[in-house]
Amino acid sequence: MFSLLQEAATTAAGHTEEAAATAAAGAEAAESASGMPQLDFSTFPNQIFWLVITLGVLYWVLSRIALPRIAAVISDRQGAITGDLMAAEEFKQKAKEAEAAYDKALADARVEAGKIVAANRAEIQKELDAAIARADAEIAARTAESEKRLAEIRTSSAADAREVARDVTGELVRSFGGKADEAAVDQAVDSRMKGTVQ
Amino acid sequence: MATEAEEATGLSFHPMEQFLVKPLFGDGPVHWYTPTNVTLWMFITVAAIVALLVMGTRGRAIVPNRVQSVAELAYGMVHKMVEDVAGKDALKYFPYIMTLFMFITFSNMLGLLPKSFTTTSHIAVTGVLALAVFISVTVIGFVKNGTHFLGLFWVTSAPLALRPILAVIEVISYFVRPVSHSIRLAGNMMAGHAVIKVFAGFAAIAAISPLSILAVTAVYGLEVLVSFIQAYVFTILTCVYLKDALHPAH
Repeated sequence: MFSLLQEAATTAAGHTEEAAATAAAGAEAAESASGMPQLDFSTFPNQIFWLVITLGVLYWVLSRIALPRIAAVISDRQGAITGDLMAAEEFKQKAKEAEAAYDKALADARVEAGKIVAANRAEIQKELDAAIARADAEIAARTAESEKRLAEIRTSSAADAREVARDVTGELVRSFGGKADEAAVDQAVDSRMKGTVQ
Repeated sequence: MATEAEEATGLSFHPMEQFLVKPLFGDGPVHWYTPTNVTLWMFITVAAIVALLVMGTRGRAIVPNRVQSVAELAYGMVHKMVEDVAGKDALKYFPYIMTLFMFITFSNMLGLLPKSFTTTSHIAVTGVLALAVFISVTVIGFVKNGTHFLGLFWVTSAPLALRPILAVIEVISYFVRPVSHSIRLAGNMMAGHAVIKVFAGFAAIAAISPLSILAVTAVYGLEVLVSFIQAYVFTILTCVYLKDALHPAH
């Protein structure tokens, strides 16, 4: 490998020597080809002329169009980002306020609901109490009435029983062939019934 | 001319031929106004930059597309560089520095296309760029600071006895600036392209050609890096010189 490279190098050297020889023979273009084109001063004015034009055009384009535009875009973006961040902060604040308001409303509603429940309960209790009282009164009235009727029934039944007993006693006495003394029967019935009825 | 030697070995080495300045039309002499391949490739450079920075940002979108992103990236990079290195008051000169950066980057990159011509590989071009920076920076220095600008060469932090010697060194280094500034760029571009050509020449030998092509690929990759880095270095040095002019105190 190394020998190959060496060979190539020597042929290259020979080649440049040959080129230099032909260049020395005459052709001006060949001369610049063998040396460094960078040191060919005859092309300097050309390069400098075109470079100055290029830089001039480039500077004009950049300073007038490109750079202001990019600067504007970047500052716009910065502004947009700052604005968005501020808006986001504002929305966050609003959300917090809304949450607080919601919580407050919830608590208020709870208290209100509690109040309403208590009020309803009291009202219902009152109605209930009234209904119970009314029912008690009715029950008492009905009880009294029933007792009265019972007493009536009792007294009427006692009278009926005396009547029946007197009739039966009178009939019995008659059927035994006796003569029923009304007063004696009444007395006997009354004395017998004392203690049993009442 | 050397066709016999080429036919004999199958090798052809013309690493410097790519740098020849040739007229676009005909074979006449190169006058200062002649449209040459320099003209063509500088025009292509301008067209490419306009395509990126003007056409690419046509939408002025808040959410940029790819081309606009690249344009904004380039803008942001150079803008930040000027601001960080040379200070806020140097932003006045930002358009010119941006022009330099875009021109050098695009010339370097376009020069990597096969069959293309690399304008920045010529010392005439980089020399003008560097001299323009040197002269404008010196003028800005004197206009902004008057004679205080000479304080750049008078190192007050050094012992008094050393100051004259340091002043001589500072003056020399100051005047060497445009030379190193321009030769660094042109040298890097020329060397890389010539090396690629030499490796490509070896590809004619079948036994070496795989290695040669591999080497060309590797050097090409390296050259892409170098193309960007040299443009970056040229720009950042311009910013450093500008900083010296605006704030000459050490």
